[in-house]
Amino acid sequence: MNIVVLVKQVPDSGAERSLAGDGWSVDRSGGTNVINEMDEYAIEEALRLKDETGAQVTLLTVGPDHAVDSIRKALSMGPDAAVHVSDEAVAGSDALGTAKVIAAALGTLEYDLILSGAESTDGGVQVLPHLLAELLDIAALTGARKVTVEDGGLLVERQTEDGYEVLRASGKAIVSVWDTINTPRYPSLKGIMAAKRKPVTTLTLADLGVDAATVGRSGAATTVLSAEPRPARGAGVKVADNGDGGDQLVAYLTAEKFV
Amino acid sequence: MTTDRLLPTDEAAAILDLAADIADRELAPRAEAAEENGEFPREALRTLGRAGLLGLPYPEEHGGGGQPYEVYLQVLETLAQRWLTVAEAVSVHTLACYPLAEYGAPEQRERWLPDMLGGELLGGYCLTEPAGGSDAAALTTKAVRDGGDFVISGTKAWITHAGVADFYQVFARTGGPGAAGISCVLAEAATPGINPQKPERKMGLNASPTAIIAFDDARVPTERLIGDEGTGFRIAMSALDAGRLGIAACAVGLAQAACDYATAYAKDREQFGTRIIDFQGVGFMLADMATQITAARQIVLHAARLKDAGRPYSVIAAQAKLFATDMAMKVTTDAVQVLGGYGYVRDHPVERYMREAKVLQIVEGTNQIQRMVIARAMGK
Ligand SMILES: Cc1cc2nc3c(=O)[nH]c(=O)nc-3n(C[C@H](O)[C@H](O)[C@H](O)COP(=O)(O)OP(=O)(O)OC[C@H]3O[C@@H](n4cnc5c(N)ncnc54)[C@H](O)[C@@H]3O)c2cc1C
Repeated sequence: MNIVVLVKQVPDSGAERSLAGDGWSVDRSGGTNVINEMDEYAIEEALRLKDETGAQVTLLTVGPDHAVDSIRKALSMGPDAAVHVSDEAVAGSDALGTAKVIAAALGTLEYDLILSGAESTDGGVQVLPHLLAELLDIAALTGARKVTVEDGGLLVERQTEDGYEVLRASGKAIVSVWDTINTPRYPSLKGIMAAKRKPVTTLTLADLGVDAATVGRSGAATTVLSAEPRPARGAGVKVADNGDGGDQLVAYLTAEKFV
Repeated sequence: MTTDRLLPTDEAAAILDLAADIADRELAPRAEAAEENGEFPREALRTLGRAGLLGLPYPEEHGGGGQPYEVYLQVLETLAQRWLTVAEAVSVHTLACYPLAEYGAPEQRERWLPDMLGGELLGGYCLTEPAGGSDAAALTTKAVRDGGDFVISGTKAWITHAGVADFYQVFARTGGPGAAGISCVLAEAATPGINPQKPERKMGLNASPTAIIAFDDARVPTERLIGDEGTGFRIAMSALDAGRLGIAACAVGLAQAACDYATAYAKDREQFGTRIIDFQGVGFMLADMATQITAARQIVLHAARLKDAGRPYSVIAAQAKLFATDMAMKVTTDAVQVLGGYGYVRDHPVERYMREAKVLQIVEGTNQIQRMVIARAMGK
């Protein structure tokens, strides 16, 4: 079995994040970029299937040159190889543009199963797996909390608000996962050393035969009308307790819809 | 503040990242409660071991990480920033592996070292005795040959990992008085007659067990003698040269944690309508803390780089240990001061840091002994 895991480098959601000079896209130039958290669960799921079935695991990343840092880190967890699509013209792509590039890159790879995180911590639109399934005409089994490989197919438990649904697919499929699915392993010193020697193929849009005009800012099907930086933290509300402090607290929490 | 580091390789950066990642997720969240309850984090050490972080400075051919000391020490610093007990545990384990790694015969190394460095086992280092601390050459624990065994009897004191270690590096008297009568023996913790006592009730570092170990005629095969008979004291001192750098790195990490905490607090706390960091009296205190930490880190790394280059480093290691641990005591004390009354209670970690810093001035040669080492070299 060949598994491709989609991995995105994102600004660390635990650190201070900012908007880029254009005023609406995320600043990706900073030093605190990390593997999108949910993608680590997708990698772990692929490695679990690798341990079980001997599958080949390839990472696929679309992102700027420095995304290679996250690729090396992800490789140190245990995948076999990686493909990195890096092209200035991809910058500013919306989800559809990114999906087109990923679909083209998948065209250069053998795969039976694609795994991805259910969302990214930067865009957070949760549509990429669905778009990709449409473009590739394969099954989309999204929001998985459990994946089982059966004879000639897949069995997926899909997390819902109040339980789960059971999905089955035969043939190629994309499965996106939530963080309830497993506990990602840590890399190891051995893995770090081995990652240095694993092949990372770098591709441009030209290599993929993708017309640059159909992706990036200019090719985007959606437009960001406005974006505002998060307002600075205010002074907050002080409750002075003159015997009615509890009532004031409840009133505040109710007004803010916390209770 | 994040520390800007000049690292020798890309993989060194990846190793530090990994250490920070594990420390953030597995160590930091547990430290406070475990210190309160005196629970040794054995499982967290296994996690570090599986990641390959319990044998970093030893050769790859024996299951080590093949990393320069410079990288190993910065990993220790990273761990100490989250939890001193764990960093200290890694340092003591590394110390306990040193005699075999450096002085063991090739077949001894092949036989025992891979397991010791593999991450599942933990070591202890048995040098100090109730009556002999600084004057380690006066130790009285005996190892007497009897057939194929040494029969070890005596009392070791202040042993870190007593009762939780899997093996002990034991220094015992096989010959006459003085340094020349001491030998080094690698004993399995499960050996009958090795009897760890109740852990001491310490001022800090309460998650790390420290106890007396009674050796009641414990029989250890003579094939477990490390180095020649009578060279044990030299081995012990050489191990401590390297070990001291570990303690110094722990001190840097601990002080950094205290400084970071105090800085964040001083930016948030207001008095007289002003952030307290903007009062010169507080801001300058923090500036001195940060500067002293940077200076200590550089001595530690300089000593490590000399060691890595195969140059003598015993005196600079003593200077690093002396400076870094005195610095950590001062910085953690000042961190309490920055928090005022809030610094004196257990709701904030700085009072714990202050209690923990104290031990670093005592272990692996008190700071008086470090000064003695330095002054003696100067007087030659
Ligand atoms: C938490 C903890 C963990 C430890 N872990 C270990 C361990 O794992 N293995 C191990 O073997 N030991 C361990 N020790 C022991 C430690 O190394 C000794 O405590 C230390 O060497 C000092 O010995 P002592 O306590 O007997 O003090 P003493 O040697 O009695 O010293 C008392 C005081 O006299 C001073 N002094 C002594 N000699 C001189 C001198 N010549 N000139 C000037 N001043 C001098 C000392 O600096 C000190 O201030 C540990 C200790 C502690 C507290």
